[in-house]
Amino acid sequence: WELHVAERCKREFHNLQELRHNASLVTKVFVQRDYTEGTVCRFQAKFPSELDNRIERTLLEETVKTLNSYYVEAEKIGGQSYLEGCLACATAYIVFLCMETRYEKVLKKISGYIHEQNEKIYAPRGLLLTDPVERGMRVLEISVFEDRGSGSSSPSSSMSSAGSSAR
Amino acid sequence: MNNCEYQQIDPRTLPTPTPTPHHGPVGDRPEEPKGKPSRKWHVFPGKNRFYCDGRIMVARQSGVLPLTLGLILITSGLFFIFDCPFLVKHLTSCIPVIGGFLFVFVVITLLQTSFTDPGILPRATPDEAADIEKQIDNTGNTSYRPPPRTKEVVINQQVVKLKYCFTCKMFRPPRTSHCSLCDNCVERFDHHCPWVGNCVGKRNYRFFYTFIVSLSFHTAFIFGCVTTHLSLRAQGGKGLVFALQESPGRYPLPLTAVELVICFFSVWSILGLSGFHTYLVASNLTTNEDIKGSWSGKSGEDVTNPYSQRNIFVNCCSVLCGPMPPSLIDRRGFLPADESVQTAGADIELPDLANKSEINVVGGPSQLAPPSPAPPSSQNNSSSA
Repeated sequence: WELHVAERCKREFHNLQELRHNASLVTKVFVQRDYTEGTVCRFQAKFPSELDNRIERTLLEETVKTLNSYYVEAEKIGGQSYLEGCLACATAYIVFLCMETRYEKVLKKISGYIHEQNEKIYAPRGLLLTDPVERGMRVLEISVFEDRGSGSSSPSSSMSSAGSSAR
Repeated sequence: MNNCEYQQIDPRTLPTPTPTPHHGPVGDRPEEPKGKPSRKWHVFPGKNRFYCDGRIMVARQSGVLPLTLGLILITSGLFFIFDCPFLVKHLTSCIPVIGGFLFVFVVITLLQTSFTDPGILPRATPDEAADIEKQIDNTGNTSYRPPPRTKEVVINQQVVKLKYCFTCKMFRPPRTSHCSLCDNCVERFDHHCPWVGNCVGKRNYRFFYTFIVSLSFHTAFIFGCVTTHLSLRAQGGKGLVFALQESPGRYPLPLTAVELVICFFSVWSILGLSGFHTYLVASNLTTNEDIKGSWSGKSGEDVTNPYSQRNIFVNCCSVLCGPMPPSLIDRRGFLPADESVQTAGADIELPDLANKSEINVVGGPSQLAPPSPAPPSSQNNSSSA
């Protein structure tokens, strides 16, 4: 049993490449943009019904809420963005070729966050988040895999809960 | 153990998959994996041209950009060659400095406007398109019907209609419009400017605005200098025509006339355009919205611009000094072969033959669980690997 638990821990750490190498893609679920606050980047907090038995509602909502807060930070119009804008204008915007903008820095943070969420939460449940920037910021794409190595979805969820309790 | 290290899937080592049939119409994205890795701009579906391996992009019809550049270069060149020496001698040596600064500013902002991605939205992947069609078509009718054309959202207590773009297969975000010349959906679409040879949208509006404002200063400056030059020459002699004809051989009449005419017409038109765009910036409108009268209440309803912050200064700052959004189309990224596999929309089995050793290592615990039969659909597609 202990050998099994240890192997599960090791396995969960490498779940991302396992998904890609073992599992087969069942479907993709899309979380659409929420335009009620204008053109700022924001995703709907509505929980897709296809994921009802794959992941807890609160986990996905937490991820979407954190992503939305990152985008708010990226698009915030405040002192720093004014400084960046005025400096750029004064240099005929050449500075954009040399410097990484604040938006790009936040996008890097987002990509790291999504990778971390995939490793910790989504891959053990046979799901994979795609960074919205790779889909033109239109959707948050969630790929749903059926893990063929461990059988159907119910054993994998029981194994993931065993693994998470062992952590 | 070292087989378990996380490795990025290298698209160059994945075998070329045989194309699987898609359901429904797909966008015109020719995905042809070649022997050597190709960049994404090779298969970009819009009507754009790329140079420097994807670093520079322009619309396919570059319009009159060469004419614009030519006019600016010729007029400025004539100014520096003929007017500056006289004015430096008789007025001040600041003149060429200011003129030079303005000239450089104008050319740089013009090139940035022309060569920057205006905010093109990449087209929806086949999976997304299918998902949208499924959401709309919930009667379960499987025959292909065009989806309804609009969806409504409420933004700041204003009802905004989002249109479905049949080319890009998605509902356009607010303020996005499809440019037929470039065949792209562009965010915060202002207009397609033939003088600049590109669309003006979210990402390059500030460059465009800076270009026309600096160009109006530049043409006004040259116009002022030319008239000062001619009036100074005329003062010393017998009138304007004599001043024009007076030649140290280097000041022929036709060239002066050319400068004056170009500057005269440019000043009025460019100044007018700058004024118009200053009004748009102050009210956070786009040319597209202004022309269509989206928020002017023509239909009699009480409509206001939901994007305006009701404060001129805040509007200007948010349009011109806001954060610079990144380009969404990733021109220089490599085409990953596994992406073209997954967009087929069916169950795909990524090749695991090369990674047998990995399966053995991690397959240990799975043997404790009863093996279940693999889904039949993935068996059919295993030949694609």
